[in-house]
Amino acid sequence: MSKAAGIEIAGVNLSYGSTQVLKNVDLSIHPGEFFAFLGPSGCGKTTLLRLIAGFAQARTGRVLLDGQDVAPLPPWKRDVGMVFQSYALWPHMTVARNVAFGLEERCLPRAEIDRRVAGALDLVGLAAYADRRPAQLSGGQQQRVAVARTIAIEPKVLLLDEPLSNLDARMRVSVRRELRSLQQRLGLTTIFVTHDQEEANTICDRIAVMDAGVIQQVGTPMELYESPANLFVAGFLGSANILDDRAGVAVPAGKRLVFRPQHATLTAAEGAAMRGTVANREFLGATVRYAVRVGESEILVDAPFRSGGELRGVGDRVGIALPPERMLFLPA
Amino acid sequence: MALAGARSPGQATLALAIALFLAVFLLVPVATVVYVAFTDKGGGALTLVNFLDFVRTDLFVRSFWNSVYVSAMTVAWASALALPLAYLTTRFEFRGAMLVQTLGFLPLVMPPFVGAVAMQLLFGRNGSVNLLLDEWFDFKIGFMEGLNGVIFLQAIHYFPFILVNLSAALRNIDRAMEEAAQNLGSHGLRLFRRIALPLALPGYVAGSSLVFVKVFDDVATPLLLNVKEMLAPQAYLRITSIGIDDPMGYVISVVLIAIAVATMWASARALKGRDYATTQRGGGGLVRRRLKPRESALAYAVVILILALVLAPHVGLLLLSFATVWSFSPLPDGYTLAHYARVLSDSSVYIKNTLLYSSLAAGIDVAVGGTIAYLVLRTRLPGRQWLDWAASTALAVPGVVLGIGYLRAFYGVKLPDGTPLAALWIVIVLAIAIRRLPYALRAAYAALQQISVSLEEAAENLGATKARTVRRVVVPLMTGGLLAGFVTSFATAAVELSAVLILVQSNSDAPLAYGLYVLMQTPAGRGAGAALGVIAVLIVAICMGLAQLAADRSQRARGLDI
Repeated sequence: MSKAAGIEIAGVNLSYGSTQVLKNVDLSIHPGEFFAFLGPSGCGKTTLLRLIAGFAQARTGRVLLDGQDVAPLPPWKRDVGMVFQSYALWPHMTVARNVAFGLEERCLPRAEIDRRVAGALDLVGLAAYADRRPAQLSGGQQQRVAVARTIAIEPKVLLLDEPLSNLDARMRVSVRRELRSLQQRLGLTTIFVTHDQEEANTICDRIAVMDAGVIQQVGTPMELYESPANLFVAGFLGSANILDDRAGVAVPAGKRLVFRPQHATLTAAEGAAMRGTVANREFLGATVRYAVRVGESEILVDAPFRSGGELRGVGDRVGIALPPERMLFLPA
Repeated sequence: MALAGARSPGQATLALAIALFLAVFLLVPVATVVYVAFTDKGGGALTLVNFLDFVRTDLFVRSFWNSVYVSAMTVAWASALALPLAYLTTRFEFRGAMLVQTLGFLPLVMPPFVGAVAMQLLFGRNGSVNLLLDEWFDFKIGFMEGLNGVIFLQAIHYFPFILVNLSAALRNIDRAMEEAAQNLGSHGLRLFRRIALPLALPGYVAGSSLVFVKVFDDVATPLLLNVKEMLAPQAYLRITSIGIDDPMGYVISVVLIAIAVATMWASARALKGRDYATTQRGGGGLVRRRLKPRESALAYAVVILILALVLAPHVGLLLLSFATVWSFSPLPDGYTLAHYARVLSDSSVYIKNTLLYSSLAAGIDVAVGGTIAYLVLRTRLPGRQWLDWAASTALAVPGVVLGIGYLRAFYGVKLPDGTPLAALWIVIVLAIAIRRLPYALRAAYAALQQISVSLEEAAENLGATKARTVRRVVVPLMTGGLLAGFVTSFATAAVELSAVLILVQSNSDAPLAYGLYVLMQTPAGRGAGAALGVIAVLIVAICMGLAQLAADRSQRARGLDI
């Protein structure tokens, strides 16, 4: 397997017509890292991936692959393997022919092609399906063929464009584990595009959270969750209460108070800084989520659920306690 | 789709009437042809002896292989023209793309036989092109020699059928299919050959099988180029020169039907399991490549050359219609309006007949097609699907075969005054109507499918009966689509010839296409024939424009309604 490559993206701006899709993107992805582009649809994450693969052209900035500027290289000379959201398996070829395609384009000797096709199919556990047509496979199997086809060429980096979005919920969990373990075994630098924070959190080393063409924050899943850099990241990863100073807590001008529901606790109303009425109660299994109306805003508070434990009812007057170290003040 | 309890005596009566119409004017004539081909001429016993005669006659065997050769070569040359154009317009940013798309309509505007003589004058041994080649470079090209002429003419007329189908197929390919190949190291022509072309194969096969059948069945084009040794012309010649009792015409007809059916069957079989359209997400489309200046110049050169070829019959026809004398010279010696004057005074009956026949035939098509579509899509009448299948079999029946069938089946049927039914002009109208019916039927299906069933249910819910719902809701909503179908049927009916050629009994009953064919056969009649041709092209072109307008209009109206 080729040595894992790093990716440097510097000062990239990209527009389609008059809409600017990527704004001043700077990013450094380490060799062998499992990296995610995470953001809502239309945030530019897929465009950034396509830029690395050579399917989009930046107006300014550079993309360095393994230290080499790839701007002059067309897609077919970049050696970056991409797995497409729709898998893009060619229906007129068998599974084996699909996987052999990239090797044939590289004019490898037949024996070498056969060996690597077998190896790649083995790796994804589909050796028995070599002679099937893509249409005869399940969604999960098709996805594995798409991965095998890409890794067979031993690319410098692996790009995955929402690879789980066409699978049902049950498949997603097992396939994402497979992807992670495959990436670990190959030591391949991998970029994973998704709009699903759970997918990104569970399998990626680091995540770049994107919105409106701008990278909002880069970090490990826990860093992003614990110390979001701005309100968008705080709100996008997990649930967060975002309050101004009308809720009863002093908030500096131009800032907002941010905290997670599980960090607050419900107390008696008397003497509490934040007081309100329970507006709604949801039973989530391990926790019970209360929505408490405080003035104009509604605050979520998660309480652990214990059988026989005391529950609040809708309409109860309650106070909300929050340890100062759990309070984050982020620019509005 | 079907409405519950939608059965009613009225619908059953309609269905029976249409079944009767199809049986009498399509199934019986064709069955007669097949029956005669398999019966002994004298005795009437079932026999294969006629087919044995066919196989033993050198002329027929030669004609058969000539037809196969010409059809196959036409497909090959048409592909050679269509492939680069399809690739160019679907994968590159190319300003000429609009021009190329327009080519798709040209074969509908003018069938190949109309331009045959004009092409002889442009590309023949002593035609304009060869005269110039001879003068400048001292050599000639046998564009129009024998079978080559038929191939040349048919290929430049029919390649748009392949182009249109192939381009549509190429445009429908999910762009990730080709991006994935690029990502794995493929590009350019290799990418086109390995990924795009195989995925577009269904479109290509559909287009080429259509071309193959059309060329195989064409009577008039070979005859006008003085090529008699092909199968469809032989059928016509046998019946018209030897008579309707000669079994050979019928045997050839059966062979023509068999070839048409076999071609359609083979293309359907070749595509079995290969219809990739459903596995693709479509939309988006590949990011088109920009052409470099040199590539762009080359692309324009190719397109202009092909365009010149395609327009050559039209230009030649126009020149011929204004020419005083045009022979052994690149351009006519002088120009005159005399041909038009002659045509408008002497031959106006042709034009009158054409307008009458085409509007009647198109009217029948829209009425029958619309009714079948309604019965199939909106009722649960048992056996309704058979109406559709019966009407669609007309696709596999060559015009000359239908003509022979009418002649044979209806000649014995005498009217009270003793004239045979087959000699009446209305029979020509019916033959044309049957030939165009499958196309009108598709148009009616399309129009009806765009109307939500709930619109009809709403009318019924408010108290309208089935019949009144059809009249007040369905027909008004289908008008745009049916009108487009009517005009398209009318236009193509106006230049229908192969069935007409056999059925016309006297000049006074002949439509324009027939008059054109007769005039074009003598050097003295060519000018007038060309003038008729120009008039025909104008009629058809105007109709096509109107059809487009009607379609656009109904599209807009629906857009506002919903």
